[in-house]
Amino acid sequence: MLELIVFSLLNGLVYGLLLFMLSSGLTLIFSMMGVLNFAHASLYMLGAYFAYSISAKVGFWPGLVIAPVLVGVVGALIERYGLRNVHRYGHVAELIFTFGIAFLIEESIQLIWGKQTMDYREPEILSVPLFTLWGTDFPAYKAFMLAVSIGIFIALLLVLTRTRVGLIIQAAITHPNQVAMLGHNVPLVFTGVFGVGSALAGLAGVIAGPALGTFPGMAAVLGSIVFVVIVVGGLGSLWGAFLASLLIGMLQTFAVAVDYSLEDLFAEIGISTSKTSALSDLYTVTVAQIGPILPYLLLVLILIFRPTGLFGKREV
Amino acid sequence: MSTAIELIDLYKSFGSTEIIRGVNLAVEQGERHAIIGPNGAGKSTLYNLITAKYLPTAGRIRLRGEDVTGCPPYEINRMGLARSFQVTNIFPRMSVFENVRCGMLWAMNYRYSFWRDVDELDDVNARSRQVLEDIGMTSRADVPAGVLSYAEQRALEIGITIAGGADIVLLDEPTAGMNRSETDHTVELVRRITENKTLIMVEHDMSVVFGLADRITVLVYGEVIASGPPNEIRGNPAVREAYLGEEVD
Amino acid sequence: MAVANTAAPGRSSFLRRNAIWWAALVLVVLLPQVARSGTAIAVLNQMCIMVIFSLSYNMLLGQGGMLSFGHAVYFGLGGYFAMHLIQLAGGAGFFMPLPLTPIAGGLAGLFFGLLFGSFSTNRAGTVFAMISLGIGEMIAASSLIFVKFSGGEEGITADRTDLTPFFGHRFGSEVEVYYLIAGWMMLSAWLMYRFSRTPLGRMANAVRDNPERAEFVGYSQRRVRLLSFMAAGFFAGIAGGLFALNYEIVTEETVNLVTSGIVLLQAYIGGVGFFAGPIVGAVVYTLLQTLLSNYTEIWAFYVGLIFVATVMYAPTGLTGIIMMHLPIYRVRKLRTLALPYLKVGVPALCCAIGVIGMLELLHYLSVRAVGQSTKRLFWMSLNVEQPTPWIVFGLLAVGGFFVARRMAPALVAAWEAASAQAQGRGER
Ligand SMILES: Nc1ncnc2c1ncn2[C@@H]1O[C@H](COP(=O)(O)OP(=O)(O)OP(=O)(O)O)[C@@H](O)[C@H]1O
Ligand SMILES: [Mg+2]
Repeated sequence: MLELIVFSLLNGLVYGLLLFMLSSGLTLIFSMMGVLNFAHASLYMLGAYFAYSISAKVGFWPGLVIAPVLVGVVGALIERYGLRNVHRYGHVAELIFTFGIAFLIEESIQLIWGKQTMDYREPEILSVPLFTLWGTDFPAYKAFMLAVSIGIFIALLLVLTRTRVGLIIQAAITHPNQVAMLGHNVPLVFTGVFGVGSALAGLAGVIAGPALGTFPGMAAVLGSIVFVVIVVGGLGSLWGAFLASLLIGMLQTFAVAVDYSLEDLFAEIGISTSKTSALSDLYTVTVAQIGPILPYLLLVLILIFRPTGLFGKREV
Repeated sequence: MSTAIELIDLYKSFGSTEIIRGVNLAVEQGERHAIIGPNGAGKSTLYNLITAKYLPTAGRIRLRGEDVTGCPPYEINRMGLARSFQVTNIFPRMSVFENVRCGMLWAMNYRYSFWRDVDELDDVNARSRQVLEDIGMTSRADVPAGVLSYAEQRALEIGITIAGGADIVLLDEPTAGMNRSETDHTVELVRRITENKTLIMVEHDMSVVFGLADRITVLVYGEVIASGPPNEIRGNPAVREAYLGEEVD
Repeated sequence: MAVANTAAPGRSSFLRRNAIWWAALVLVVLLPQVARSGTAIAVLNQMCIMVIFSLSYNMLLGQGGMLSFGHAVYFGLGGYFAMHLIQLAGGAGFFMPLPLTPIAGGLAGLFFGLLFGSFSTNRAGTVFAMISLGIGEMIAASSLIFVKFSGGEEGITADRTDLTPFFGHRFGSEVEVYYLIAGWMMLSAWLMYRFSRTPLGRMANAVRDNPERAEFVGYSQRRVRLLSFMAAGFFAGIAGGLFALNYEIVTEETVNLVTSGIVLLQAYIGGVGFFAGPIVGAVVYTLLQTLLSNYTEIWAFYVGLIFVATVMYAPTGLTGIIMMHLPIYRVRKLRTLALPYLKVGVPALCCAIGVIGMLELLHYLSVRAVGQSTKRLFWMSLNVEQPTPWIVFGLLAVGGFFVARRMAPALVAAWEAASAQAQGRGER
């Protein structure tokens, strides 16, 4: 039991911080531009594929740096030559546009790399267990993911609180309509934020690729979850995104580990259930099986009962 | 006569600023009532409270004696109260005709009907054409409302408001942005359609106010400083000082 | 809304007023006589189902201003319920002719529309979009978990010919099924068209345009949205029911996000501002999917390109483009546009050929077997390892793009001149 808790905690932390790397960029973009970027997870996937191709040529470490930069450039281009033109049609059109971009990125990846899973691996030195507890290994690569995520988190914190650009961004988040009056080059700031947000997504992809697999469906696996994170955390709240990332990371890793169903509960309190009824699925599914639904259930509940999210001030 | 609208100790703050500060006002049925006051006095805010766009911070609102504080806007409208907006508030992608027609569907009892063809609602369509005629927009019936000129949108704004034939009508600066002849036309229209009805209007044009109103209320900084028939208001020194200035003479 | 948006109805004869519907009916009846092959009929069936589905989607997006990323929920659940009914009736042998089974799908769509709509239609815009996405993911994931109901990954199947014969028809042949589906399509399309012209349909437009004002003329925006949402769910469910009886299998794919995305794509490419838009979109998409996929593996990529281009450059969709030319056609000035169109069209075509060439070569690089290097493309054999094809395609793409862009202003000017003339004529 202790083993399960410790490892679930660690895995939840790794997963949660990965989610934060994605959701922080998405939150920044949303706060400043009012755009929910549907293509964010696709950029994350692009990061993994770029890194795979680069690592095949020059190794993992250069890929770790170059791939996010490339993704950042792609993101900036999307903002500059796509989103900006669609802006005048309103937020719904922007959302539809980013949906189209997500579709295109997914298709281009299949076009260039094909449908199969890429053989993108962690570097040799990280493919060993870091420590072994109760006979279970904790891979060094996961520790590395953890380190990178924490590093990014701290860097983001420093940039936002200690630099001029950070202050502008913060001002933009709290007073979205007034940045223009501050006299800064707003379009450039937008492009920059979109680029940096995309680069963060790309970096998340680079480090997630070897652990979670590099395949054309990897964006779909995380795409909606990231939305859940930023809505649950409260749109425009970085702290909210951080806590919601951890919450959902933990929720999912713990759920996977719990092999318990309503039927078991009934059995414990002495009710026997029929196996043949059409509704029997309802009580025979285990918590582990329901795991994938939980974040969305949470999303729906939050949107019904607390549309500002846990920490947000703005309604969605 | 009974009261149409009664405001009792009404307060409204946005954040820490109090905009409406204890307004008491009763408007009799059949009265033409004007609310005047300097910019930012809270006139539009008062409308927004009456029509439930905003909830009051404190106080009650009664409509024909019935407490409607906290009712949603559509229920207030269904009780026979219609309003126009100072900042034009129309259905931009629909035609002018559709705009007016939408303004009366509920009032003519078609509610959420999903089986009747709107083009076959003869009563509605006749009335819509009549309203278009009244606001002088017949020739523009098929134009999308979003592409109208400002003055035309103002006229349409009034058209939507009067379409349902509500017996309490609140107009917020109906003649703003109109030229002299358009204003005269609008005043005539308002006079005609509010025959035997209750009218409340916010207006900066004093000739309109004194030409139309039976009673005038002066609102300054969220407080009523005077309320009474036009003559009395004209002569009130406090009002002169606060607002009217030389305009009155 | 494209069709007859005029205020005064003009009581022409029943036949004249519904001319376009009669024409469509004749077309629908005659089509299988023209396209006789089994595959052609299969394509038609798919098309009809998609037409209903897209039209129902547009009740939300185009008419009600609700952007949904989860409309497949009602389509798929409709399919599951209709399939269960077919299974049940086939097994137990009670009276249930096949043509009635889509109603079960419709009722399921209506019910779930009420259930999920009751809390998701409070607001439109981004919130609505997010909730619809959440519900979509939730139902898609659930359909893999609750295996008793959904059959899990394999889905559920049934034999449609087990049911009570309908005037002697057992619907064993594709053509019989076609007429069943086409009949439902005509009926649904007509009902949805009627819906758009009822007080509720008009108020859905009003709420889309300005929810606040709609409340001040007596309508609860929430109620208006909920009712539209339920109606959309109903027709999506009908489409799902038709899907079930056509393919005799319903799987998780019918409820998932991909299907929700496709219906958005179809409606948008067709044009969400017009009643006929989604019909055009569904027809075009189905054709692209079935025809294009014969020639290229990356057809979905092209569809994506078309979609993004639509969002960026032609937000009124294909129907919008057609409607832009209708007044010009009426005054017989379309000819004046021929030359400007040619001047833009030819370089644009070059650009398209260049882009397609590059994409196909690129794709070939990733799928070719070791040692292979020739790709058949545009009736030529091209060696991907040589630079020439790449350079030629690259030049075509870039050159075509810039020339087309140079020529575009002239086309816009010509169009504006022609439509100004058309307008002048119209007002006189
Ligand atoms: N939603 C709001 N949030 C914050 N402040 C508001 C809001 N609505 C109005 N105010 C403030 O309340 C005050 C009164 O506004 P209101 O529009 O009621 O004035 P008014 O009397 O109608 O003026 P005018 O003659 O210019 O139309 C203004 O200072 C305005 O800034
Ligand atoms: Mg005002």
